[in-house]
Order: sequence, then structure tokens, then C-alpha cells
Amino acid sequence: MDSDDEMNSVVSSEDDFMAGPDSEDSMGEGSDLDFEDDEPDIGFDTHEKDVKPAKHAYEVDFKVFGPDEIQSHQDRQIEEVSNILGQPPEASAILLRHTRWNKERLIEQYMDKRDEVLEGAGLGDDVAGSPRIAKVPGFTCDICCEEGPDMETFAMKCEHRFCVDCYKQYLCGKIKEEGEAARIKCPGDGCNRIVDSKSLDLLVTTDLKERYQELLTRTYVDDRENLKWCPAPNCIYAVECPVKKRDLSKIVPTVHCSCKHSFCFGCSLPDHQPAPCALVKKWLKKCEDDSETANWISANTKECPKCHSTIEKNGGCNHMTCRKCRHEFCWMCMGVWSEHGTSWYNCNRFEEKSGSDARDAQAKSRQSLERYLHYYNRYANHEQSAKLDKDIYLKSEKKMTQLQSSSGMSWIEVQFLDSASQALQQCRQTLKWTYAFAYYLARNNLTEIFEDNQKDLEMAVENLSEMFEKPVDQLQSLKREIMDKTTYCTKRRVILLDDTAENLKQGNWEFNVALT
Amino acid sequence: MSASKRIVKELTEVTSNPPAGTKVQLVDESDVHVWEVLLDGPEQSVYAGGHFKLLLTLPKDYPFKPPVLNFQTKIYHPNVSNDDKGSMCLGMLRSDEWKPPNKLMAVINMARNLLIEPNPDDAVETAIADQYKSNRQEFEKTARDWTKKFAGRK
Repeated sequence: MDSDDEMNSVVSSEDDFMAGPDSEDSMGEGSDLDFEDDEPDIGFDTHEKDVKPAKHAYEVDFKVFGPDEIQSHQDRQIEEVSNILGQPPEASAILLRHTRWNKERLIEQYMDKRDEVLEGAGLGDDVAGSPRIAKVPGFTCDICCEEGPDMETFAMKCEHRFCVDCYKQYLCGKIKEEGEAARIKCPGDGCNRIVDSKSLDLLVTTDLKERYQELLTRTYVDDRENLKWCPAPNCIYAVECPVKKRDLSKIVPTVHCSCKHSFCFGCSLPDHQPAPCALVKKWLKKCEDDSETANWISANTKECPKCHSTIEKNGGCNHMTCRKCRHEFCWMCMGVWSEHGTSWYNCNRFEEKSGSDARDAQAKSRQSLERYLHYYNRYANHEQSAKLDKDIYLKSEKKMTQLQSSSGMSWIEVQFLDSASQALQQCRQTLKWTYAFAYYLARNNLTEIFEDNQKDLEMAVENLSEMFEKPVDQLQSLKREIMDKTTYCTKRRVILLDDTAENLKQGNWEFNVALT
Repeated sequence: MSASKRIVKELTEVTSNPPAGTKVQLVDESDVHVWEVLLDGPEQSVYAGGHFKLLLTLPKDYPFKPPVLNFQTKIYHPNVSNDDKGSMCLGMLRSDEWKPPNKLMAVINMARNLLIEPNPDDAVETAIADQYKSNRQEFEKTARDWTKKFAGRK
């Protein structure tokens, strides 16, 4: 079962971290899209070897990181750069942030044109020496206009000196209200020097420092292409994945956070296998669009063959008189009424030319709508079921406890219900997106195979779903069957996703829209 | 810490030595946070002959936050919003560009300079900015008309 694999990779990522210095390789360097782990010097990390390369075409490598790990990664890189460039850690941190954590580029540029790099990062010429608070005789603060021999003042290397109170309030406003951290500039007029963390430490209170650190970590993850925050509410984890933006037409990078949320690394939306991000975006926009609702309404109406006004027949005979253009036609054959002769109320003139032409025109204008509705209804149906997943899950939990007490089964023995419920959720999520995917597919042999796979999975899911609704006293005797059906569902899902992903990777699918 | 010392100092400076063609006063003597600026349209600009009333509002945490500038007199200008607010929000008036040592004198000067030379690349009224760039004559005509109509001496 593939959920085992997910467990595996998450666990191994944690182990990876415990291992120490080696683990920085993964986050430290922008690793390219290679799915094999072929780093030669994995000194003391034996677990790394146990991670199999992605087994299925639809799976991608990823790692989940907690806040401490992200912090230590940052620190380690800062230290490394600090050692190479001979800059203090605070300055190195600013430099790294300035180059969006591209270590190689930073070092290269620094060696090439040191002054320019320093200036660009807001570090000015001389960055050595530590800033401190001082009292300066005859000083007037340019912000509050206060003066006095006892006034404490502060300036960074740029010598834009202000009283400590003003400096503090300035930083406080930036951090607390504007959520700035990595790019706070010196308060001096026109000065681009960035306030470094050491200066900040000197000036702000502990709670602000924490917020500052939080914001710094945030920008660290935001700055890196291979890192993303898990979008689940209140989730503290970030996920690393080597899939780049340009790969998104070839792969759907679903990742699974330690908080159990599965999402797409490409667009951060909830798992949308097997549809690629571009199609998902198009589809959601289409569904959101009000015009589709209007279209649906027009599915229940016909158009006047002459002036194309939309008409809903609310009873009565087939002799229609358009209220707008007074055109008289037959509701059944859409032909001109005058041609009907005396066979009123009974249209048997299907072969008449005027009627068939009118019908053709009508059918054409309605066809694309019908097609959309076909896919949308099925998509929405699975979405609705997916929304009920939570209820199902809660119900299954209740059932499990009931079953436990009524049958004397152990907790472990009733776990099959939990697995079944999870498989159902996952499969419905997949099915839902297969309909969005299919909507954009051109008709060919591959599409037939896809629809067969879709049908098989759907049947398996509905079968399991039915089992699942049975009363508690029957569940025990159905255990074997439910387990089998669960396995079968999961298998069908893997087959469908594998096939779709493989063809996507090869560029075999033909879409009726551009995949960009 | 109170900013009133600074605000009073700035006010004294501006009133005793106002930039050319301007007059500054408090709307309400008891509130130093709302300034009224009377600005004469600069001679070399299309706004010449006009008298513009501007409101300069200092936020609670001034000077750590930028002041807010509103044209109370209607004006045809790419950098002034053409609504009942008449807001001007560019350069140092933007919160990410404002630095606490920046002075209101500089803000007033900036506003005055923008009347002489609008900044169409950072406009709030993009239609006016486009016209300014592509059909200067038409822009100038409308600006003069508006000045006569809305900013003439009462």
C-alpha cells in the first residue's frame, strides 16, 4: 500500500536530520530534478540507503522539516559562508538573503566584485566591528528632536545616529506592524543599509526577537524554490521537493506533510492527482465562472430560431409565439409553424428542412455545455462525497469502538475500518480530479484507456462505499471482504495514477487546451 | 516618547519659512496632527493661477509612519486620485519608502514639484498618465480648464 511508502519517506527524513552535518546537503544546495539519491558521501546516515527511489511514476521525493531544522539549516549555511568570505555571521546572513540563499552565486559574485555585492546587499564598505549604544555630547535626535547629554544613541556603520528610543520604535513598527525582517533598512534618510541581527539583538525586546526570528525563517522558506510551507492551517512544517516550476507540465508533485495534509508542491492546493496544475487552475476558474451557471439554466430552455431569445416552455401546446419577435414555431421540431398545416398539437414533421436546420443550429450551441456538465456533475459528486469524508471518518471511529465492545475484538483488529475509510477518501479525491482531467482530454485511444481505468476505480470505490454503510453487527462478518475491497481500491488508484503520470512524463496526452 | 516636540518644531519651521507659494496652518489650533496647506499653482506649470487646498494628516505614530496627503481642491493630475479623497501617494509618502527623519517640509516641496513635473510612471490615474504621455496638449488643456473651474480665487 502506498501509504506505507509515505510513512517511510517521512520517517527517513527525520532520521536524516538527526544524522547531523550530512543532512545539510539536501537543503543546502539547490538539488536538481534527479530522483535517485546518489550522493556518494553519506557517512553516517545509513537510513538514506533504505529509501527506495520513487516507486511509482506519480510519486516524487520530498522531505518534511520542522522549525528547528529549518533554523539549523539556515545557521549552518550562514556559518559556512561566513567562513569562506571572512564576514561576520550577521553580514553573511544579510548577504545570503540578498542573493536568495544561492550560495554559489553569492560566493562567485563576492569574489568577483566584492564592493558591489556589499553595497547591493545594504552593507556598505566596512562591516567589521560590532555596533554599540553610545552617548554622544551635543547630539540631537533627528527623529524626535530631543537632546541631552544622557541620551543613549545608536548608529550602525553608516553613522546615521538616532536616539535609542526612536531606533527601537522604528524597528518595532517594522517587525510588528509591517512584518518586515530580512530587509529592514537603516532609518537614516535615503540609507539602504540593512539592519543586521546583531544590531537588532541590541535594541529590541525578547518577544520582538522571537517574532523577528519567525519572520526570518519565513523568508528563508519563501526565498527558496525547493522549499514550501505546508498550507494547512497552523501547520509549522515546511516541505522540500526538487520539482521545479518548469517541470509542472510533466509531473504532479503531491507531497505529504507530517501534519497529514497532502498537497501539491507546485501550486499548494490540496492533492489534485492526476490533473496537472495548469489544468486544475483552468478548471477551478471555469467552475467558479458564473457564466457556467447561466449556461446550465439555458440547458433547460430553447432558443427562438429567429431572434435567439431564450425561452422556457412552461406548459401548453407546441405552438410557440416568441414574445420578443413574434416568430411562430413548433417547440418539438423547431420549424416554422405555418408549415405545419393542420397537424396542430402533433408534430410529425421531423424530416422537414426548416425544422432540422433549426435543430442542428440549436444542438451545436448546446453541445459544449452538455459536455461540460457531464464532467462537472461527476467532479462535483466526488467533491461532495469528499466533503462527507470527515463524517465518514468520525462515523467509522464510532463504529470501531462499537465493534470493539460488541464483538470482543481488539483495537488492532478493528483497524480495517480506519484503513477502509482512508482509502475511500483518497480514492474519491483522485476520482474527482480525473473528471477535471478528462474534460480537457482530446479523444483518442489513450483517453479510452484512461476512462476504463477511471470506470474501474469508480466501481471499486462505490462497492467499498456500500459495504461501509452496513450496520455494525454485520461489519464483523464482512471484515475479510472490506479488507479485500480496500486493497482493490488502492490498487486501482495506483494503476490509474501510474498510467496517467507515466504518459504525462512522456508527453503522450493530447489536451484540447494549452498546458501552460 | 512623544512626537509633539518634533511636530511643533516642524510646524514652526514651515510657518516661519514656508516654501515658495505655500501657506501652512493648523485646521484646529488644538490639534497639531492636521495641517492645512494652501498651495499656489507654480507659475511655470499648467496649474498657474490656481489655489489648491491640501490636507496633511499626521498619523498617531508619526514620524514612524508617513503623513497622509489629500488634495481638497479638485485637480487634473496623474498622481492625484480623481475622487473625493484626492489622495497623493508616491515616493516618500509610501510607507515602505518613508524614513522617520523625513520632514513635512520635504513632503510639501515634493507635492509642489509634482505640479511642475508630474510622474506618469507612478500614477494613480492611469488614464490621465497615458494622456500626459501621448497627448500632452489635450492634457494641458484639461488641466488648465480644471484649474480655472475648481481652483480659481473665490
